[in-house]
This record gives sequence, structure tokens and C-alpha cells, in this order.
Amino acid sequence: MKIGWVVRGILLGALAVAVFGPLVNMLLWAVAERWYFPAKLPIEYGFTYWERVFRPRGNAMESLFNSVVIAGGTVALCLALALPAGYALARLRLPLRSLILLAFLLPQAVPNLAVYINVARIFYSLGLNGTIVGVVLIHTVHGLLFAVWITTAAFAAVDRELEHAARNMGAGPLRTFFTVTLPLAAPGILASAIFVFLESLDEFTGTYFVGVPDVTTLPLLLYNASAGGNYQIASITALILLVPSIGFMLFVERFLRADVLAKMGG
Amino acid sequence: MSEPQAASRAPARDAGGAAPGLLLLAPALLTVVAFFLYPLGYSLAGAFRAADGAWTLANFAKSFELYSRDIVFTVAIIGLSTLLIALFSVAIGGYLTLGENRTAVAILRWLYRWPLFIPFIVAGQLMRAFLARNGMLNNALMAMDVLDPADAQSFLDWRGIVIAFVWKQTPFVALLVAGAMATLDRSTIEAARNLGAGRLRILVEIVVPQVRTTLVVGLVLSFVTMMSVLSVPLMINAQSPTMITVDMAFRINAYGDYGVANALGFLSCALTGAVAWIYLRHGIRERSRQ
Repeated sequence: MKIGWVVRGILLGALAVAVFGPLVNMLLWAVAERWYFPAKLPIEYGFTYWERVFRPRGNAMESLFNSVVIAGGTVALCLALALPAGYALARLRLPLRSLILLAFLLPQAVPNLAVYINVARIFYSLGLNGTIVGVVLIHTVHGLLFAVWITTAAFAAVDRELEHAARNMGAGPLRTFFTVTLPLAAPGILASAIFVFLESLDEFTGTYFVGVPDVTTLPLLLYNASAGGNYQIASITALILLVPSIGFMLFVERFLRADVLAKMGG
Repeated sequence: MSEPQAASRAPARDAGGAAPGLLLLAPALLTVVAFFLYPLGYSLAGAFRAADGAWTLANFAKSFELYSRDIVFTVAIIGLSTLLIALFSVAIGGYLTLGENRTAVAILRWLYRWPLFIPFIVAGQLMRAFLARNGMLNNALMAMDVLDPADAQSFLDWRGIVIAFVWKQTPFVALLVAGAMATLDRSTIEAARNLGAGRLRILVEIVVPQVRTTLVVGLVLSFVTMMSVLSVPLMINAQSPTMITVDMAFRINAYGDYGVANALGFLSCALTGAVAWIYLRHGIRERSRQ
């Protein structure tokens, strides 16, 4: 029994170090004023870099603002496209239904760097390069997988009997949709919106090619700071990106109920 | 309301055929066609065209001449990462399913998921700081007297990329695998256990074969993701040899050379396609054997 706990302790401890070591290292960098070789810990702690990041007119605030605007726009556009599509896939008669579901998987199932390069080239001729709209379009295509698959599952999980009851009481199809189907599917739709928001917030490659030179988001700021050797700014930016991601990881099961998850991709 | 009544009503309401459904689907599908399929076709065709538009194989010749080492490097890194991800996710899923100590299972369940939603760009930065010559990994090893300061070395080469990929992707595959393992019929596992089979043997001979489809789907998705990620190799190891994603970005940013970039893109699609094809063929052979 005791030997069992020694083995378990060593393995779980090693896993804990592997998972949290890099995160702790980043937290230290975020509050380090000065830290260089061979010091094992920061030589001086402080928050001057935080002031630089959160200065009202600084680069970081502009990137944060851009990131939130782009992610919000992406969610709005994704839902506008995915709600009708998800309803059709869940409720209406469609030819090649599973093939259509697969089509939305494509942008995530094909190595997409070459696609982004060519989108940037096409957008350049349309004047969309370096614009927020261009970046939103790129993020939307990528986010449609989650949006369409999760909304389809959410609509499919709504009990048809309730819709029939509303129709029997004289409600039209639109009224039934807005007062019965949509509210019941709302938790799943909210989950897909959060998924899409996070995907957009974290997206690097597409923004790197389509956003240049005018649109800087948090991931691009992180990359530029890190490439410039400024690990403090890079770590603080990483921390801003981490908080929503980890929050979602901890609560994902509450947003995505088991009955919705069970219908994913089906 | 009884079931048959509801069932008979549904087709009557949908009697309008497929038109309404397709109409509601059209905007979403057109978005994918316009902003993904069209550029993808543009890219695949661009791999075979010279700057003046003539059809040619010169882009591939140039790609192999300049980047054959990087192509091998890319395949090796992603192959090794996929293998490690498979091992770790089976180990994690296996312990979550077969572990007998509830406390240890609960700790593992809480622990392994943390990197799941951490963005690649953040994972790249984390590893860049953690694995550097003066990073925390070396510092910790030196503080424990395991490592002599003179022998401290940076892991920011192929090892760094593999570590970053495995760190980031293992939770995703492990989540899928553990989910599949949790739905397995426990009776065969209990029967094997009663016959005296060890847990490792049960895992390898009974559990893994039953969740293999889920495992392979997770690994193929991870493979594609690693094939597309630019930020991790760019931040950890942008010097030669490096991954072809970095080369593609370099051809565009430094030379505006779409031909070679598209040829490399074509190769990454072809590699992914080959993996998917092997998987599908394997699946068909398995099914015909059953």
C-alpha cells in the first residue's frame, strides 16, 4: 500500500510539474522587473510592465480592444450563419446531410496555412487586407465548425413534442421557433458562442497574414513582444489570453450538457 | 400525444422538400466555399504554376532543393509527437478507467486537462521561457543537483517543438479516449480481472482495441493541427532545420514567393491525406476481418 503511494506520488508529481511548471514560470516572468542568467528566480519583482501594458493609449490596450471587437464580430457573424444552418440540419429534410456536416469540418481538417496565405492574396486585391472585416471573415470560417455542429446538436436535443404542442395551440412556425425551440436550445448556443469567441481570441496564423500591417490582436502582440525578447510583456499578454481559456476549461461541462454532447456530429 | 401520431406529422410538415433547408443552409455553406474552398483550390493550383501563370513543376523542384531537410524534419517531429500523444493519452485514459485508487484518479482527472484550451501561441511562449538554457527546467534540475550548470543546454530545438505539441495536444486526445473508455461495457474488464489478468494487460488487450477508432480520430485531428500551427515552431525554433510552416511564411514575407509556399502547402495537404488514407484503409481491412 505504501509503495503504491510512492509510485503514484512520483508519477502524479511529475505530471503536475509538467503541467504547471511552464505556467508558474510565466507567472514569475509576468511580475519580474529584472531576471537574467544565472539568477534562478527574478532579481527584482514589480508591476512596471503591467503599467506599460495597461496604459490607456498603449499598444496592448489597442490590441485588446481589436481582439475583443474581432471576437465579438466573429460570434455575431457565426451565429447569424449557424442558427439557420443548425436548425435546417437538425429539423428539416436535407439531401446529403452528413456530407454537409463534414463540409464544415473541412477548414479544421486541412492544414490551413496555405489557405490563409492565398486568402491574404485574394483579400489584398479586394482591399480587405489589414482590415477588421477581413480578420472577422477569416475567423468566422474557422469558427463555423463549432457554431454549426453545436447549434445542430442543441436544436436536435430540443423535444419535438413541445414544438408540436405549441403548434397545436395555434402558434405559427416562427412563433414556435422563437418562443419554444430557441429558448430551449439557448444553453447549447451560448456554449458555441463561447467556443467561437475563444477560438477567435486565440487565433494567430490567419491574423498574421490577413491582419498585417494595421490590425494587431493580442496573439500578434504576444508574438512581437516575445520575438523582441520582452518576456515580461509577452507573459502578461499570455496571462490575459489564459484567463478566459482556463475559465472555460473549468466550466465547459456546465455549458455543454451531456445530452447535447451526445448529439455532436450526429 | 402518442409517438406514432408525432412521427406521422413530421413528414407532412416537411412536405415542401429540401428547398427550405437548403435556403437556410446556403449562407453558411457559401461562406465556407468562398473563404475556404476557393482559396484552397487557388493554393493547390498555385503549387503547379509559375509566376507568369504557366503550368510547371518547378515549384516542387525548388521546394525539394531548398527544403528537403525541413520536410523530413517536419514529418519526424509530427510523427514523434503523435506517437507520444498516443502513449500518454492511453496511459491517462487507462488509469482513469482502471485505476483502483479513487483519490489518485480524482487528482489525475483534475490535473491532466489544464493545457486543453490554452492557445498554441501561449503554449509556444510558455515553452520558450521554460525550456531555455536559463529557463525554469534547467534551474530546477540544477537546484536539485541533478544537472551540472556547465552541462545546461537549451531545449529550444526539435525537442522544444515536440514537448510543446505533446503538452498542448495530449489533453485533447486523452479527453476523447477517456470518454470512449468510460462508455465501455465493464463486464469484459471485470471478467478478465477475475481471471487474474493484470491491469496493463487488460488495458492493452481489452480496452485499447475497443476505443481504437476514437484514439485514431483524435490523433488524425492532432496531426492536422500540428501540420498547420505556425506559432509554435516560429517561437521555439525558427532556425534551420525547421518546420515547413515556418518556411512557407518565410517564402511569403521575404520573397513574395507564392509558388514555393503553395508547393509546400500542397505537400502538407498530401501528407495529411496520406495519413487519413492509411487510417481509412486500415479501418476497412479491420471491418472486413470481423
